[in-house]
Amino acid sequence: MEEERYKKLKEIIGIYLPEDVKLDAITAESHFINELNINSANLVDIVLDVEDAFDIMLENDDMDQMETVKDALQIIDKKLAEK
Amino acid sequence: MAKRVVITGMGVCAPNGHTLGNFSKALEEGESGIQFHQQLADLNFGCQIAGQPQLTDAHIANYFTPLQLRGLNASGLVYGVIAGVDAWKDAGLLIDPKGTPDWDSGIIFGTGILGVDKFRESIHLVDAGNTRRLGSTSVIQTMASGISAYLGGILGCGNQVTTNSSACTTGTEGLLMAYERIKSGKATRMLTGSCSDSGPYVWGGFDAMRILPRTYNENPSTASRPMSASAAGFVPGSGAGALVVESLESAQKRGAKIYAEILGGAVNSGGQRGEGTMTAPNSEAVQRCILQAIDNSEIEKNQIDLINGHLTATAKDPMEIANWSRALQRSGLDFPYINSFKDTVGHCLAAAGSIECVGAVLQFTEQKLFGNNNCKDLHPKILEQIAATKIPQQTIPYSPQIIAKASFGFGDVNACVIFRAFND
Repeated sequence: MEEERYKKLKEIIGIYLPEDVKLDAITAESHFINELNINSANLVDIVLDVEDAFDIMLENDDMDQMETVKDALQIIDKKLAEK
Repeated sequence: MAKRVVITGMGVCAPNGHTLGNFSKALEEGESGIQFHQQLADLNFGCQIAGQPQLTDAHIANYFTPLQLRGLNASGLVYGVIAGVDAWKDAGLLIDPKGTPDWDSGIIFGTGILGVDKFRESIHLVDAGNTRRLGSTSVIQTMASGISAYLGGILGCGNQVTTNSSACTTGTEGLLMAYERIKSGKATRMLTGSCSDSGPYVWGGFDAMRILPRTYNENPSTASRPMSASAAGFVPGSGAGALVVESLESAQKRGAKIYAEILGGAVNSGGQRGEGTMTAPNSEAVQRCILQAIDNSEIEKNQIDLINGHLTATAKDPMEIANWSRALQRSGLDFPYINSFKDTVGHCLAAAGSIECVGAVLQFTEQKLFGNNNCKDLHPKILEQIAATKIPQQTIPYSPQIIAKASFGFGDVNACVIFRAFND
């Protein structure tokens, strides 16, 4: 289950990677902006894609805390548990 | 010392051709890009025909990254990027996605309104209380300067990067702004052009003004009739044109091909005084603009071989001819050759000036005068002023030395540029 969520999230993140960052550079510890070089404006789009993919809704606070891939996974888990 | 300014690259995304070669061939053969649009019929438009570049997704994908393509819903932006990138490559310039900014190269790329469809999408989300769902691309696709911003990023330009807007003079005005910048030494090279969105939200306002033809919905290719007695209004169009202009010094240093030299030009306004209004030109202003362009270019009135007019296919065409004739003090057989490209592309609004400048300049290198279409029945008021032979009805072999190109726009604004064949 968790493995599946991680895979789904990685696919979403992959779309927003700069051309010189490879998909396998993504790990649970990766920092979206500092390590994966994702444009901060695109974090907004990642959140929207995550909402669509998992059928959840993220609050402003959730977004502020979402700095790494692990953060994102935890928020997704929490939201799915609340459903 | 003022620099001489030349054109070294061109790109186009027009209703009748989205490569320079196809566009040139279409102008030569009088191939129309005007088509019937079912969407306009479904929306009860009076004019259900329009000019729109025919692009495939595969072609568009050559110009944008997969990420840029996500949620891309701004047709003018697509046309502008295609024309701009093609012009840059045509000029033999490299695109280095890494490197440092090219401090000597800039962009002046105009538009009337950008990303109308994207804006509509955003309006629906906002009105539904869903602002948070707009994502990151609604601003960059709908800001007027989105087009210069996209091109600036793709090409890495480090000089001035901006967008001008002056209705249907936009493209010609932008070319002159770029020319001035190079002439004064503030930049070595400028990509200039303009783009205009397609679709009912752009064209609707003109349909409502009842200035578009309503009786040609079954005969799209004959609808746009510049200089014709049966001209029934302009056919709305869309697309983009782009030109790389640079100092002669720089062009020669890097051995670039040179399409033509820009000798000079002028822009002005009739102030919406006298016969000039928001939507109609003041003739005195038009004539002054033409004369100033001639003065600025240091040529004589009789040196102009060929005019590429604004000539939209409205009742104003005879007046435009009168303005050229009075300004140049030339009439009958002494009048220069004149043509309009709106017969096959329609009136591409903010993109008109640059698409037509590209077409005008192609006549130097093709050594042809692109013929007029749909005006075998020349307007009698035009024939009172100039000889019919000055309005060729088909493409002829011709080597123009000096071409004058003018564009006029809502707001009573005018622009006129003078090109010369490059034979140094």
